[in-house]
Amino acid sequence: VNTLVFLEHHEGELQKDSLGVLGKAAQLGGDASALIAGSGVEDLAAQAGRFGATKVYVADDPALEAPLPQPRVDVLGELIQKEGFGTVLFAATVLTADVAAALSARLDAGLNWDLVDLAQEDGKLVGKRPALDDTVYVDVGWKSEPRLALIRTGTFEPVETGGEADVEKVDVQLEDFSTVATMIEQAHEESEGPSIEDADVIVAGGRGLGGPENFALVEELAKALGGAVAATRAVVDAGWYPYSTQVGQTGKTVSPRLYIAVGISGAIQHKVGMQASNVIVAINKDPNAPIFEYADLGVVGDLHEIVPKLTELVRQRRAA
Amino acid sequence: MKIAVCAKVVPEQARRIDPETKRLDRSGEPTLNPFDTNAVEEALRLKGDGADAEVVLVSLGPERALDALRKALAMGADRVVLVSDEAAAGSDLVASSYALARALEREQSELVLFGQQANDSDGAVMWAAVADRLRRPLISQVAELTVSDGAVRGKRQTEFGYDVIEAPLPAVVAVSDAINEPRYPSLKGIMGAKKKPQETVSLGELGVEPERAGESGSRTEVYAVGGPPPRGETQRIEDDGSGAEKIVEFLLGRKAL
Repeated sequence: VNTLVFLEHHEGELQKDSLGVLGKAAQLGGDASALIAGSGVEDLAAQAGRFGATKVYVADDPALEAPLPQPRVDVLGELIQKEGFGTVLFAATVLTADVAAALSARLDAGLNWDLVDLAQEDGKLVGKRPALDDTVYVDVGWKSEPRLALIRTGTFEPVETGGEADVEKVDVQLEDFSTVATMIEQAHEESEGPSIEDADVIVAGGRGLGGPENFALVEELAKALGGAVAATRAVVDAGWYPYSTQVGQTGKTVSPRLYIAVGISGAIQHKVGMQASNVIVAINKDPNAPIFEYADLGVVGDLHEIVPKLTELVRQRRAA
Repeated sequence: MKIAVCAKVVPEQARRIDPETKRLDRSGEPTLNPFDTNAVEEALRLKGDGADAEVVLVSLGPERALDALRKALAMGADRVVLVSDEAAAGSDLVASSYALARALEREQSELVLFGQQANDSDGAVMWAAVADRLRRPLISQVAELTVSDGAVRGKRQTEFGYDVIEAPLPAVVAVSDAINEPRYPSLKGIMGAKKKPQETVSLGELGVEPERAGESGSRTEVYAVGGPPPRGETQRIEDDGSGAEKIVEFLLGRKAL
């Protein structure tokens, strides 16, 4: 069974999650190949070889410069039909979710998403997918080839094998409708101040804070704990807090010693960015908030009451 | 301008997967997928006061889904097309996107809108599959949307920051839940919703071949449903005024302070 892994790259670097999925593909048996699509990306092929690819297909074309999904679907569709890959894997991101789903329609190929593991069981590939807010695991499979799968953020760690891959250039032929969407602007913010990825303690605020002015509560608690402040996608999109502090699917993945979630409901997009934290404490007024399903300690109550008190108690303890 | 909003009716509380069929237990009260109300709201905003603009809801589901879809009519959408067919039960992405695309082809709208995800399956994939079947440009995860001069422009968030993407109409756009605050239906809207056109069509009427629908048209399957993934013990307490103290005690116990 030959597997193809779509490798995403940003600013000249192959993405860690993509390489992690490549490493997993190499363990599934059969050959693990990779596709790198972009403009001026030939140099990335060697990197892919070091992380487990036996063969790297490179689609290099100015039309693939912007990270837009539809031209990539054309490239993948052609390549899969020509080479007959049994399985095609993607590390889930904003870009790859669109690529994989469109490819599913293009090839009438089954797509399973949000997988947290893959295994060969009795000669067939089985994917593990958490469902219902991660309260159950579902074993999913495919009825035909190619099998398409999106792997959840942060699932597999890259394995450096130090190998060398054969590199083959791929002919790029694009559909008319695939090239009419254009990237007008890419504003990729640089983070300012201490990075939340390196922080030992994180206090994160969500929409439950009620307004941007209430982030002061979060900042005070973070300061008392000597930690950093993070935010959810909802409040970043609402303009309450800068993007560089965002935790979750489209933000950063963090794993501090202590994560305190204030006014965060804890949807799956948030969870994937912080579930590796050592200790998770949640404060939320909604007893049904999903975050209580995975917080080590959940406190149902008014954050405006609890957080200032907690800040004061931490300060006293630290001063003592 | 004609805008089609693809909407899904989901069980209000989906808490179990049927061990027999291995499908989601859909016996819960049907409700309009909350993420789709953002798409409805955006369609209504784009429509504005335009007398020649129309917002049509397109959905796939059992007949009883109509009740929940009426919420969108109460918000201000103009009509509903529900693709309803027993043969469609158990459809995966391949089969659903095919049926949905056939229904959308019939509508010929300039814009097709989707919400960010389905809150029952956590799926966030339908729009890209439908866009490919319709052979139309796609912009997803849009948090700011403008339409002018026959083109749609969307600002969206990715792992690396913000993108601004433009595409000519007709196009498919998926909006994020950050794009707006969906309105609540007014009493007048709720009263008026029942009188708005609500059409049910079968797969046959859309020209969907039986072998492309339901389980036979699907390419994925479910083998088994297991218990919860391993997770440490969680505890939840109600704040009775001592919540802050209890957090400190807990953190001391876990040596996290």
